[in-house]
Amino acid sequence: MKTEASNTYSRRFFIKSSSAFTTLAFIPNSVKSFFYQVKEKFFVKKQKIPLSVSINNKEYRLDVDTRTTLLDLLRENIGLTGTKKGCDHGQCGACTVHIDGERRLSCLTLTAMIPGKEITTIEGLAKDGKLHPMQEAFIENDGFQCGYCTPGQIMSAVACVQEGHTGSTEEIKEFMSGNLCRCAAYNGITRAIQKVAP
Amino acid sequence: MKPFEYSKAENTTSAIKLAGNSSMYISGGTNLIDLMKKHIHEPDKLIDLTDAVSSEITVQENGIRIGAMVRNSTLAEDSLILDKFPLLSRAILKGASPQIRNMASTGGNLLQRTRCPYFYDTALPCNKRIPGSGCGALEGNNRMSAVIGYSNSCVAVHPSDMCVALVALDTKVEILKPDGNTEMINFEDFHRLPGDNPQKDNNLPDGAIITAIEIQNNSFNKNYDYLKLRERESYAFALISVAAALELSGNLIREARLASGGVAHKPWRWKDAENFLKGENATEENFKKAAELAIEKIAPLEDNKFKTEMLKGAIQQSFMNCVTNR
Repeated sequence: MKTEASNTYSRRFFIKSSSAFTTLAFIPNSVKSFFYQVKEKFFVKKQKIPLSVSINNKEYRLDVDTRTTLLDLLRENIGLTGTKKGCDHGQCGACTVHIDGERRLSCLTLTAMIPGKEITTIEGLAKDGKLHPMQEAFIENDGFQCGYCTPGQIMSAVACVQEGHTGSTEEIKEFMSGNLCRCAAYNGITRAIQKVAP
Repeated sequence: MKPFEYSKAENTTSAIKLAGNSSMYISGGTNLIDLMKKHIHEPDKLIDLTDAVSSEITVQENGIRIGAMVRNSTLAEDSLILDKFPLLSRAILKGASPQIRNMASTGGNLLQRTRCPYFYDTALPCNKRIPGSGCGALEGNNRMSAVIGYSNSCVAVHPSDMCVALVALDTKVEILKPDGNTEMINFEDFHRLPGDNPQKDNNLPDGAIITAIEIQNNSFNKNYDYLKLRERESYAFALISVAAALELSGNLIREARLASGGVAHKPWRWKDAENFLKGENATEENFKKAAELAIEKIAPLEDNKFKTEMLKGAIQQSFMNCVTNR
């Protein structure tokens, strides 16, 4: 883990940057915002908390910034890049994971709020080197084109079946509406879910 | 996102103690995290309420009590709710997506902010975001904006579907104030109109916590409907929505409820239309008159004139669905 940022910079750097900030009043806004970003990066005290999280049945002990979303934790801190960042604002569903078996959006989940819960990502679906039936069904039914939304679609689809919302094509479409696919592979996705549904 | 301190409250008393000038409570986070990413909310401290507030649905002598931490998906699929207040379930399932409903809490749903594009775009003026900066939507893009109860300061609408059903069902909101006292607020008085200070969405005192909502028993579980009209069939906010419910004795209307989303700064009750229908027969003619009464007072803006006819048709259709669908 990195040491606290403010400790790694010399007095000289601090004095130099302080005088730079003093001249800010005479500088246009665009330059100002750049300096504020630099200031936030090096001088604002970040809140780090020690956490232990369980992802795909593996325990991770980490010090994380309180701002870290589960999505960023997975991709940046742990290296599980199967979960995708689409919009990062809860509008596309690409970041869908399971938290205690329920489908949720990792981009709107703070890591600080999930200790004690079991997280499953797309990397955790296959068992003993064998793909999950939903993954097989997506391949067989052309449930994707570019593939970027696919991990989110599959995580959502697995939950959709578990919840029992597969009574009709309309019901599947309604309960998969939180996952957007700009290649519009929707028909393939619906077929894949119907294949797996009881 | 601005750096913040995070603490998890064990109970509501400790949550209130933890709260300070620049702190915010968090439950589901589906709206707040997004607003923090966009620097619209920048709390120094987040207080996690997920363990502090009840997530139980309990039967009471005269109704049902819903803990403020009950998730939207749990509430929508609860057998008690489906039996007693199916209108509520129907409205919840018309909102957001399954993932978001799994996260969002009952209390948080009441407190979600408007989705007016001017509120979300920090480059544009918005009195709700920065008081005194002006309302961009008033003379700008106001297709999604209000048609009633707005002011020159703000034309934003409340985005919730769940709240439209709750206002129709005469719900009460239980709040815990920082001084330790509990208060029950009528749902209709919980949200407010923008007036001159649109930065306030509701009448919840600073630092107070919503602990539960209570719905009194009623007979609106047979003839009800929630009609939501939007740009696409699912996972979109309402252009307009209508919650309608009738208590019938034969063909005679004993009680009527009519509320709408997407029309005002708060979930809107159409009381003139309700009063007209009470004691009348449930006929297409009377539903048409009720719809005409409702739209009499609305004043659409430049881009949302279509809402008048849309609302009139939706109210009629919604009441027809109440009597024909089941």
